[in-house]
Amino acid sequence: MKYLPLVWAALWRRKPRTILTMLSVAVAFLLYGLLTAVNAAFNTGVELSGADRLVTTGKYSITQVLPYGYWQQIKNMDGVEDVTFASWFGGYYQEEFNFFPQFPVDPQSYFDVYRELTIAEDQLQAFVTTRTGAVVSMTLAERYGWSLGDRIPITAGIWPLADGSNSWVFDLVGIFDTADPAARSQHEYMLMQHEYFNEARQFGQGTVGWFISQIRDPEQAPQLARLIDEQFANSPNETRSDTEKAFNQSFLKQMGDIGLIIQSILGAVFFTLLFLTGNTMMQSVRERIGELAVLKTIGFSGGSLLMIVLAEALMLTLLAALVGLGLAAFLLPGLAENMPGFSGLTLDLEAWVTAFLVALLLALVVGLPPALRAQRLSIVDALSEHV
Amino acid sequence: MAETLVKLDGVAKSYRRGNQDIVVLDALDLSIEQGDFLALMGPSGSGKSTLLNLIGGLDKPTRGSVTVGDARLDQMSGGQLARWRAHHVGFVFQFYNLLGVLSAEKNVEVPLLLTKLSRAQRRKHVATALEVVGLADRASHKPSELSGGQAQRVAIARALVGDPDLLVCDEPTGDLDRATADEILNLLKLLNQEHGKTIVMVTHDPKAAEAARQTLHLDKGKLVGAERGAA
Repeated sequence: MKYLPLVWAALWRRKPRTILTMLSVAVAFLLYGLLTAVNAAFNTGVELSGADRLVTTGKYSITQVLPYGYWQQIKNMDGVEDVTFASWFGGYYQEEFNFFPQFPVDPQSYFDVYRELTIAEDQLQAFVTTRTGAVVSMTLAERYGWSLGDRIPITAGIWPLADGSNSWVFDLVGIFDTADPAARSQHEYMLMQHEYFNEARQFGQGTVGWFISQIRDPEQAPQLARLIDEQFANSPNETRSDTEKAFNQSFLKQMGDIGLIIQSILGAVFFTLLFLTGNTMMQSVRERIGELAVLKTIGFSGGSLLMIVLAEALMLTLLAALVGLGLAAFLLPGLAENMPGFSGLTLDLEAWVTAFLVALLLALVVGLPPALRAQRLSIVDALSEHV
Repeated sequence: MAETLVKLDGVAKSYRRGNQDIVVLDALDLSIEQGDFLALMGPSGSGKSTLLNLIGGLDKPTRGSVTVGDARLDQMSGGQLARWRAHHVGFVFQFYNLLGVLSAEKNVEVPLLLTKLSRAQRRKHVATALEVVGLADRASHKPSELSGGQAQRVAIARALVGDPDLLVCDEPTGDLDRATADEILNLLKLLNQEHGKTIVMVTHDPKAAEAARQTLHLDKGKLVGAERGAA
């Protein structure tokens, strides 16, 4: 602590260089903060997936539709408690950037299977009985300021109406929430009546996107998945069943391996940063070899100089990391507000701890070579060359 | 009779350059009494700076012994020498070598960071040292805001602040005009006469050497003459 003024003064010896380097490090940690939060938001869906639910899709792709009739057949299987289904509507509200998922579903069975969703009984009944009815998550209702009774226009991206128009209108009859507030971002979507959707769409009648089965014994999931798929084997619409977790993982993989992409970006950023910060530290020490020699002359040991230079590198990276992460934490709520499906964007403790460790490692890697140089410098040589 | 503070016996120092041994000091014997003010003079390459480095514990001889007080510097490790320097010797350089980012008082405080003194005690010592060199009113100035003479006074205050037995000065007036150089020499004389500091000073300047009690002349690594000064 006694050496702190020395370390602090050395850090600000060349203010513009230090500020620019700190900005680069801060931007890298800002990026780390934002991407880590996005990655965590993606993975929350996987982590929160029910272990006692199976998802049955077309064998070759999630975009392959399945016959509506499979619903009853799956329901009749031993070990299956409840079955529901959903389809991907793929529309948007007013403007294209107002995109959020919409699923035509069977209202009653959907809420029977997704027990973590909560909805007032009268609203569920209204959803069951209103052909053009729709329900939305509380977060979505708050985002767009919707209330019960509103008519919500949705422009279809895949399914036009029978008359060729893409303009669907739904009546908001219910707002649902999740029992666990942490899971809210995973349920930011709109549900509409499958029956109405099925009749009103231009094509695809009698089909649904996928089935979700509530099973009695999660340990039987692999066997049951195999049985379901065997039942539809050799038919025109073969299936692929898996646990909801595996389904969510493969759904994410269709967009790309988000984790790998994020890690690659961050890896490249931090690798570049190594050279930038390393160069700054080397230059900073090279410029003050004379000063370091004077400190050594006065009585500072090689070990003390090593610690002073390392502390300088640590201060540089930690301060900048703190600024970058602080900025990320400040920006995330605003971003979450504008990104449907990402209302849970936050920096968790793990992200902070990891960032701290990365900053520490960065400081060690970039600080150690100049610190060792300072430790080993010969006073006589340094004084004769630099003083 | 005054006690001997610095004693060099048969000291030799040589460097290896390629296949050649360069002898800088050769079988040198020297005693410096406590409270002496010694000037070392000689042409470039005569070995005076090397001798100063050996006396100040910055370097070790190739042969012979260097004793300062009770300490055998030639037998100490690098770490032991660093600790010894921190407590027993103050250094003054030709170009002051202050840390540009620190104020005068922070520069003077640097050697005290190696002691166990509290912050308040350090501040008190710093104030006293600046007072002694007549720069109490410049405490908060950065080196760039000081004249050459003032910067050298701060450097002397830094050398003094730990109350060392020995002051080692390498061309302390080499970068100053005559009038300022005289001021610095008067300050060194004051420290020697009033505060009893033993001073060893390398200089090229005969006027500066006059401030010393004794002047030793070196040439080709050997002592070739000594004379008593007016001081």
